[in-house]
Amino acid sequence: MARILIPTPLRQFAEKNDTVELPGATVGEVLGALTAKYPDLKKNLYNDEGKLRSFVNVYLNDEDIRYTGKDATAVVDSDVLSIVPSIAGGKNVR
Amino acid sequence: MSHDLIGNIGNTPLLRLNKIAVGLPGIEIYGKAEYFNPGGSVKDRPALNMILEGERSGAMTSGKVLIDSTSGNTGIAYAMIGAARGYKVKLCLPKNASPERKRILKAYGAELVLTAAEEGSDGAIRRVREIYNADPDRYFYPDQYSNDANWRAHFNTTGPEIIAQTEGRITHFVALLGTSGTFVGTSRRLQQDVPGVECISAQPATGFHGLEGTKHMPTAIVPKIYDDQIASRNLWIDTEDAYKMVRRLAREEGVLVGISAGGNVCAALTVARELHAQGKTGVIVTVLCDGADKYLSEHFWDDPEMDVDSWSI
Repeated sequence: MARILIPTPLRQFAEKNDTVELPGATVGEVLGALTAKYPDLKKNLYNDEGKLRSFVNVYLNDEDIRYTGKDATAVVDSDVLSIVPSIAGGKNVR
Repeated sequence: MSHDLIGNIGNTPLLRLNKIAVGLPGIEIYGKAEYFNPGGSVKDRPALNMILEGERSGAMTSGKVLIDSTSGNTGIAYAMIGAARGYKVKLCLPKNASPERKRILKAYGAELVLTAAEEGSDGAIRRVREIYNADPDRYFYPDQYSNDANWRAHFNTTGPEIIAQTEGRITHFVALLGTSGTFVGTSRRLQQDVPGVECISAQPATGFHGLEGTKHMPTAIVPKIYDDQIASRNLWIDTEDAYKMVRRLAREEGVLVGISAGGNVCAALTVARELHAQGKTGVIVTVLCDGADKYLSEHFWDDPEMDVDSWSI
C-alpha cells in the first residue's frame, strides 16, 4: 500500500483525510484507486481528457513524476505520493 | 521624480490591451501595470502603508522584528522596505514557494520560516500566529489579511490613479481576491467617486488551483478585511485559462506578467465579451499584479496545451 498525502484544499473531497493508503503498482493505478474511492477529487486533479491538470504536481517520495515516467512510474509499499498545487515553482517540496 | 526608493512605489502605468480586446469594438481593456513597482508587484503599496501605519501608531519601533505570512510578493515588499528602513524581517511561507522567490527574500536579508506545502498559505498563516503569540512584544505583525492599512493603500493610491488615468471613464473594475486588499480598497474608492461603476470580483474556480496569491473563499480562511458586499458578482477563473492568457499577453502585447495577472485579464475579457454580446461599450480596468520573472520555472510555458494557439476566442 502506498501512502498518499492529501493537500488541505482537497481534504473536503476525501472525507477530511490528510493521508490515505491505497494499493497499486504504478502512480496511475494508485491515483486511479484514489479517484475511485473519492470521485469528487477527479475534476480537481484531471482535465476532461483524463490527463493530470497542468498545475497539479505529483511527487513520488521526493521526485516529480513528470521526470520519472509519469503515470507509469512504479510504486512499492512504503512509497509516499504527494499531491501539491503549483503555486510558485512547486519544486523542492519536501 | 523621487530619488527615494519608497517614493517610487505607486504611480504605475495603465496599459491598454488592444490585442486582447480585438473584435470587441467600443470596449477598452486596461491593465494597471503593478510590476513597474520597485519590488516588482502590487504588494509594494499595502506593505508600505502597513509599515508606515505601524510607525505612526507606535506598533513598529526600531527594535522590533516585522513578521508576517506571505505567498511571496508581500514578503518581497516587506523585505525590500525593511532593508531600506533598517528593520529586521521574518517571513512564514509554504515550502513550495519557488527557489527564486526564496533567494530574493534572502538577498534582502529576510529570515524565512518554511511551512508545509500541502497546507498552502493557510498553513503559513497558522505558523506566524503561533510565533507571534509566543512573544508578542518582540514582533510587529502587520497581518495583511486583517490590517485596514492594506485596503486603504489602494483606496488612497490605486483607486485615484485609475480614475485619473481613465479620466473618470472607467465603467468596470475586476480583480481576483487574495487578501482582497486590492479589490476592496480600489472598489471602495471607485464606488465613492465614479457614479455607476461596476466592481466585479474573481476567484479561482476550485479550492485546489495554481493561481498564486489568490483565494477560493468558500474553502479558504476568509480574510478579515474582505467585504462580500462590494462586488456586484463574482467570476470563477480556471488556472489553465490564466496560464494561456499569460502566454498570450507576452506574445501579443509584450506584457510578461504572472499567473494572477493572467487570471485578472481573463476576468476582464469575460466582462468585455458580455458587454459586447449585449451591444454595449465599456472601459474595463484590471490589475497586472506582478511580472513573470518569478514563475519562469513553471511547467505551463512548455506545455503545448497551454499554447496561445489553443486559445479559443
